Amino acid sequence: MFLYFNPMKFVENLKYMGIGMLGVFMIIAIIMAATYGIMRFTSGKKKNDNQ
Amino acid sequence: MKEIMSLFGTLLGFFQGNNWQMFLMWIIGGVLIYLAIKKEMEPTLLLPIGFGAILMNFPGVVKHVCQCGFETMDLTLEKCVECGGEFTQKLGGIAEPLETLYHAGIASELFPLILFIGIGAMIDFGPLLSNPKLMIFGAAAQFGIFFTMCMASVFFPDFRDFASIAVIGAADGPTSIVVANTLGSKYVGAITVAAYSYMALVPIIQPPVIKFLTTEKERKIRMPYKPANVSKTTKILFPIIISIVACAFAPGAGSLIGFLMFGNLIRECGVLDSISETAQKVLANLITIFLGITIAFNMTASQFLNFETLLIMGLGLIAFIVDTAGGVLFGKLYNIFAKEKINPMIGAAGISAFPMAGRIVNKLGLEADNQNFLLMHSIGVNVSGQIASVIAGALILNIFVPML
Repeated sequence: MFLYFNPMKFVENLKYMGIGMLGVFMIIAIIMAATYGIMRFTSGKKKNDNQ
Repeated sequence: MKEIMSLFGTLLGFFQGNNWQMFLMWIIGGVLIYLAIKKEMEPTLLLPIGFGAILMNFPGVVKHVCQCGFETMDLTLEKCVECGGEFTQKLGGIAEPLETLYHAGIASELFPLILFIGIGAMIDFGPLLSNPKLMIFGAAAQFGIFFTMCMASVFFPDFRDFASIAVIGAADGPTSIVVANTLGSKYVGAITVAAYSYMALVPIIQPPVIKFLTTEKERKIRMPYKPANVSKTTKILFPIIISIVACAFAPGAGSLIGFLMFGNLIRECGVLDSISETAQKVLANLITIFLGITIAFNMTASQFLNFETLLIMGLGLIAFIVDTAGGVLFGKLYNIFAKEKINPMIGAAGISAFPMAGRIVNKLGLEADNQNFLLMHSIGVNVSGQIASVIAGALILNIFVPML
């Protein structure tokens, strides 16, 4: 049985960890902003409807 | 008597050679069935996977044969090479229909995607829309995926394998299957079993990690729930906008988010109630039946019983632990800067195992203070984890698919 073991790969792939986490936070931040936008848009519309 | 002796000889013969490995697979299949029935751990998937694992491990179900000239012979790999033949796999018994289902449903990614319609129809984004900032905790809890990717790369040289193994941390079976298949990992079976097994074990894995990282005082932090008035228009626009944003910024998430949000749109539109009910129950159940038994196609002794599988199970456990820790620690970090403190435990609900992770956080809150109800917040974080895990899977595809 041959077991591959290369601890340096952990360090080498840290860049993907950085890119990945940054990407997730960025997309979630955009989704959050869009959600606040929808909430604002629809609540404004509701007020107008009430008037 | 002679016939009985002959039958006995045949049975004894079964345990010779490598057939003991098949017997071991029956035991593994039996354990999965036991966990599904007795412990009620993800029975919808572990039961068909366990049963399929038993059926796939019989002599002749998957047979290696040598195509030597026009003749098909039963030779070892070395002898096959000597005769200049081609060593191929011949399927028989249940493997034949399962192979058809595998190519139609899993290799084509159709089953997990259709299942996402059902999941989308089950999710109520109301608690999340009441407090959209909770979404950030769903993102933080994806740390386990990327940490495990680095860990897995230490043991698996092929990026297709280490990137696929990492997605076990998404705590999301369909996403794991889609990523592993798209990248063409040879460990799809082990990855799927690990993902679903650990999802079932969330109530055992998460509490010790959460308790280790939080103080009694932090666990007692109350978070009053102030439900915002979420209009029907918001609930209808939300899945549409999310799909547009996800497809624009993470094209790999297009199919996963698209199907998930399509299911949610069916639920929220208010004019497709019977279709929504069908998606939540009949469609999800139907796909689950086939998904489970089809995954077992990859659970042959030769593919499953090796050190790599054990390693994948270990890495999957690390992924779940680090996901939980990432969410809780992000909650603590948030409290350093926030005026209104949150209970850091809700960060742990950011792993997408829905709704177990949300319920566990609520249970731990009640354990610390019997009036500390965190359910609405934790469920909000939990559904945001569902979205974030799909985005994380898509980002992994975005990074690695160009390398294929």
